[in-house]
Amino acid sequence: MREVTLEVSPGERKAIIGPNGAGKTTLFNLITGVFPPSSGEIILFGKEVTRWPPHKRTALGMARTFQITSLFPKLTVLDNVLLALAGVGRAKLVMWRPLSSYEKFQNRARELLDGAGYWDRRDVQVRNLSHGEQRQIEVLLGLASDPKLLLLDEPAAGLSSGESREMAEFLKRLDPSLAILLIEHDMDVVFDVVSSISVLHFGAVVEQGSAAAIKRSERVQQIYLGTG
Amino acid sequence: MKRIWILLSVLALAAAVAPFTGPFVILLLAQILVLGIIAMSVDLLLGYTGLPSLGQAAYLGVGAYLTAILATKFGFGLGWDFWLVVLMGMAAGAATAGFFGLFAIRASGVYFLMITLALGMCVWGLAYRWNSVTGGDNGINMRGRPKFGIELANDLTFFYVVLGLFIASFFALHLLVSSPFGKSLVGIRERELRMRILGYNTWLHKYIAFVIAGGFGGLAGVLWAHLNGIVSPVDVLLPASVDALLMVVLGGPGTLVGGLIGATVVVFLREYLATMVQWWQYVLGAVYVLTILYLPGGIMGLFKGGKA
Repeated sequence: MREVTLEVSPGERKAIIGPNGAGKTTLFNLITGVFPPSSGEIILFGKEVTRWPPHKRTALGMARTFQITSLFPKLTVLDNVLLALAGVGRAKLVMWRPLSSYEKFQNRARELLDGAGYWDRRDVQVRNLSHGEQRQIEVLLGLASDPKLLLLDEPAAGLSSGESREMAEFLKRLDPSLAILLIEHDMDVVFDVVSSISVLHFGAVVEQGSAAAIKRSERVQQIYLGTG
Repeated sequence: MKRIWILLSVLALAAAVAPFTGPFVILLLAQILVLGIIAMSVDLLLGYTGLPSLGQAAYLGVGAYLTAILATKFGFGLGWDFWLVVLMGMAAGAATAGFFGLFAIRASGVYFLMITLALGMCVWGLAYRWNSVTGGDNGINMRGRPKFGIELANDLTFFYVVLGLFIASFFALHLLVSSPFGKSLVGIRERELRMRILGYNTWLHKYIAFVIAGGFGGLAGVLWAHLNGIVSPVDVLLPASVDALLMVVLGGPGTLVGGLIGATVVVFLREYLATMVQWWQYVLGAVYVLTILYLPGGIMGLFKGGKA
């Protein structure tokens, strides 16, 4: 990555697009703290977090989903969400009280699962859900920590066009005060969900602007057609 | 919930039948319960957190040697202060695990296995070589069990005390694995990176689990010392750790109860089969291999809903 300057304001919906290998997921890993950057800085809600471990950034209000589904396959849908809920706050180190006795987690889990239509299937092990359903649970886990900034790494990866549209609708229904940074190859989803786009190519931002402007940009067309 | 009632009924049955059996069977039952405690501590690591510990006998050894040294050199822990020794044994096991964990928790999978194995061997080396304190190869012979109103020298009484401590350990661990902390361990077992992104300091969670497992190992050690009346380096040798691990695999990892089932099978096979045939170890080996190949969920996997 080099010379990437990216800013996401509260409530903004922004996409990062670019060909395979442009460094989109790497950028996410830097922002979330999976890898430390060799130079530069990352500022989250006004705090310099460049050297912070991932779990501290989450506590500050950031969440992400993964391109390759990273759920807890042998746990139930409900337990997946409960784990995500308990991840922020102090309860996660409590050993003397069952997790099932925390009403605030149970209620919030019910809200999240009801909203996405999974409450009836809360006791199903996640590995028994279809790929499209797992992608939605993946986003639910990201939402569970009540983030102010959500990083979505190809939420529509591997989805059929119908499922992609459903995913886009689902994303559009999210709380408008939530800022979203979206990596996605499915341009229908991108244009449907975001208002501004940054184009990444060989680890650098080559173009930034509103969705409409990027759609018209010749440079972007060239990159995607392979002549750039 | 049903599982707990079955466990309690089985234990109650054992408690009721024990007075009508001989001292041999009573001590065998006590041995099963002590091994059950250490197996549960291994299960916390292997079954719930996904950390295969091959050095659990080290903590049993620390607890056992502490008990024996206090009793023989200082005459401490032979009255009411026995309960103090129980707490000290747990603390010593936990403290040792706290030190070892600094090295072990950095690794996972087979590397974790190797490091815990190596650390376990360090404790064995200490027990074997530090003659003046541990009695070296001969170990430490203890003179009688504690006496405080009740006489633990009576095997039956001792069995009931062990039973009580086993049940207390079981309920403590059962609560632990259903708590937010316990559930986080399962999450770490399933996908550690996701847990970190969800806001968990996974190193800390694994470390705490390791220390707690060490504490229960220490508790088992205190009881082990009084059960046998002798503590020697054999108790902390590799096979003791392997046995604890295999009991969990046999009984069913991630169930807690599985550890007790595994301990029961192993102890009975060892004691009764050994008197019948010389090649009993092959039978035990075959049981292990068949379990790993055909019963990945262990004996508990035969019943529905093995994994917690």
